[in-house]
Amino acid sequence: MRHMLDPLDFSVQEIDDLLALARDIESHPDEYSHVCNGKKLATLFYEPSTRTRLSFEAAMLNLGGNVLGFQSAASSSASKGESVADTIRVISCYADIAAIRHPKEGAPLVASKFSGIPVINAGDGGHQHPTQTLTDLMTIRSLSGRLENMTVGLCGDLKFGRTVHSLINALVRYPGIRFVLISPPELSIPEYVRQDVLKANNIEFREVGDLDQALPDLDILYMTRVQKERFFNEEDYIRLKDCYVLTNEKMKLAKKNMWILHPLPRVNEISVEVDSDPRAAYFKQVRYGMFVRMALIMTLLEVKKPC
Amino acid sequence: MLSISGLNEGIVLDHIREGKSLDIYYHLGLDKLDCQIAIIKNARSQKMGRKDIIKIEGNIIDKIDLDVLGYIDHNITVDIIRDDKVVEKRKVSLPKKITNVIKCKNPRCITSIEQGLPHVFYLADEKTETYRCQYCDEKYDGN
Repeated sequence: MRHMLDPLDFSVQEIDDLLALARDIESHPDEYSHVCNGKKLATLFYEPSTRTRLSFEAAMLNLGGNVLGFQSAASSSASKGESVADTIRVISCYADIAAIRHPKEGAPLVASKFSGIPVINAGDGGHQHPTQTLTDLMTIRSLSGRLENMTVGLCGDLKFGRTVHSLINALVRYPGIRFVLISPPELSIPEYVRQDVLKANNIEFREVGDLDQALPDLDILYMTRVQKERFFNEEDYIRLKDCYVLTNEKMKLAKKNMWILHPLPRVNEISVEVDSDPRAAYFKQVRYGMFVRMALIMTLLEVKKPC
Repeated sequence: MLSISGLNEGIVLDHIREGKSLDIYYHLGLDKLDCQIAIIKNARSQKMGRKDIIKIEGNIIDKIDLDVLGYIDHNITVDIIRDDKVVEKRKVSLPKKITNVIKCKNPRCITSIEQGLPHVFYLADEKTETYRCQYCDEKYDGN
């Protein structure tokens, strides 16, 4: 039995296979609409996340399966003090696969150790969010046609943004990847990403504070939101929340074939006027996220496409 | 010159960094053993200037967690004594994984709320002797 706790749990080849399956599902959704008949996905969401939860639920429903679960810790036995270990033991009796989101880092790993069913990490605090990374990889590959030899700009909250850390970890496995890390000094990438991931893998990268200066070089611009919930100090949040705003004016500096990605929800960091720019890919990204979750559920349940 | 009698059977933990012997005593759980133990602090050493030494009486090598020792100080040597002679010298090394030796201090880590979880750290970088929490990947800074 396999789990998906960290994007690196799958080899490059396995990720390629998963993305190929997701592309096939996208092209022929009807052929997959009953492959999970009779299977149940448990969505264990200890903190609110409408987007990710609905994406998982839509994915399972599109495969012909069913969904059960809870949407916040308050509506689960966690409010009575039940441990993650006990909850997953119980859920294992009801469902065939579980997606867990938890504010504490490492909670999905704990769940996997006590689970009788495959566990998918649907986000654990500021740590990992592997299905977002798979979504990002699928979006980049689908739109750019490749995952190698490109310059990827990551902009905004690079300190607490787990999607950024996971994406860097996943992309360094492909040849010819260069990063431009765009953030204010207070929100720059953690030292361990700089040292243990980028420098350790001899990845070309530069850190800049100015988005305008970086834009002309980029093949991908990955914008992030400054997340209020990651700050202990409200003043810091207010000071930093609007440090970058992507506008049509700024987009004139970008390549014609650059793609803008964002894990969403967006607040002010991408002006709504940019939505009509053909390079805005963040809503396409949502759709790709559902297909890649369908592929992941099938892979972990070892369900095959009918012949 | 302080004189401590030799061991007929037991182990000697030698080349302990000066002042670290009590840490090792408690980390290894030697306080729970029912045997004679000598802790020698500030012993003169040509190589180290000063060092600590722990002598433990009895056939207890299987009860000593060498991984813990390796984590605390991998320069320590372990001499196994039988019939008044050193029959084996063991070098300890940095363990790949340590369990319940140190605790994760990241308030966002699941270990901060989930009861009964072992505190597991893995060796993330041998050169810098960096250990990270298995659950949240937070670096252990030793303080």
